[in-house]
Amino acid sequence: MIEIVRVIVGCCVVTGALLSLVTAFGLIRLPDVYTRNHAASKSATMGVMLVLLGAFLYFYTEEGYADARLILAISFIFLTSPVAGHLISRAAYNSGVKLWGHSVQDDLREHRLVQNSKEHLPACEPREADTKSQP
Amino acid sequence: MAFQILLNFILAFIWMFLQGSYDPAAFFVGYLLGLLIIYTFRRFFKSRFYVHRVTAVLNLLYIFMRELVLSNIAVLKLILKPQLDIKPGIFALPTDLTEDWEITILANLITLTPGTLVVDVSADNKILYVHAMDIDDAEQSIKSIKDSFEVAIMEVSR
Repeated sequence: MIEIVRVIVGCCVVTGALLSLVTAFGLIRLPDVYTRNHAASKSATMGVMLVLLGAFLYFYTEEGYADARLILAISFIFLTSPVAGHLISRAAYNSGVKLWGHSVQDDLREHRLVQNSKEHLPACEPREADTKSQP
Repeated sequence: MAFQILLNFILAFIWMFLQGSYDPAAFFVGYLLGLLIIYTFRRFFKSRFYVHRVTAVLNLLYIFMRELVLSNIAVLKLILKPQLDIKPGIFALPTDLTEDWEITILANLITLTPGTLVVDVSADNKILYVHAMDIDDAEQSIKSIKDSFEVAIMEVSR
């Protein structure tokens, strides 16, 4: 029984470390903020969760000590990291970071342009807004 | 729902007082008996019998976990592929959910789905703007999100 748990703990920790490594590769390889955010907000979450789970199982089986703080940490990371990813990409978009050149579609930009031309800001790029909203 | 749970607790405490034994086992037996009583009297409550909603929450948690694992495998494949032939883009996802917490949960679920990430929510809470790794299957992913996540969240809130 103990041996099986040891194998599981090893798998958890190694997989978590591997996922963190892949996240780092993704941060280097991917072209813009948004696609990098994909890698950071998913793989890093899962990697840290797996490492913490491995630590919890190790201390529970070897020392007989159930550390509730590790479980709390897992649930907090699980809840907060998607929100962090969302906020970073939203802040990037609002401060005008361009998407990658090969991006094919941007509904949010059209939405913003239509709103600006409809409500206020007459001085803020009225020509671009007009050409965008005509078709 | 909260009212039904509170009522169940009170019934369990009454069972403990009737028994005169104050240990967890007595509380547990009283809780089960109270569950039976609440089930019998379910037509007097405005909302559904609350066990349905508890199972819906557990189902939602299961979906969360499954999507996290699947999205990790998808991102792993994408990053480790030799050529970078992705077509990213932002598409609009109209949603039928109205409450703030429902939209928050939906946004979190979408962020954990393979290849999608919520960038913005429109001011009237009607549209979510989602950044996708591969825009080609945007229509299909809208449909699958609508079918699985929204239905699961509505199952909890209704």
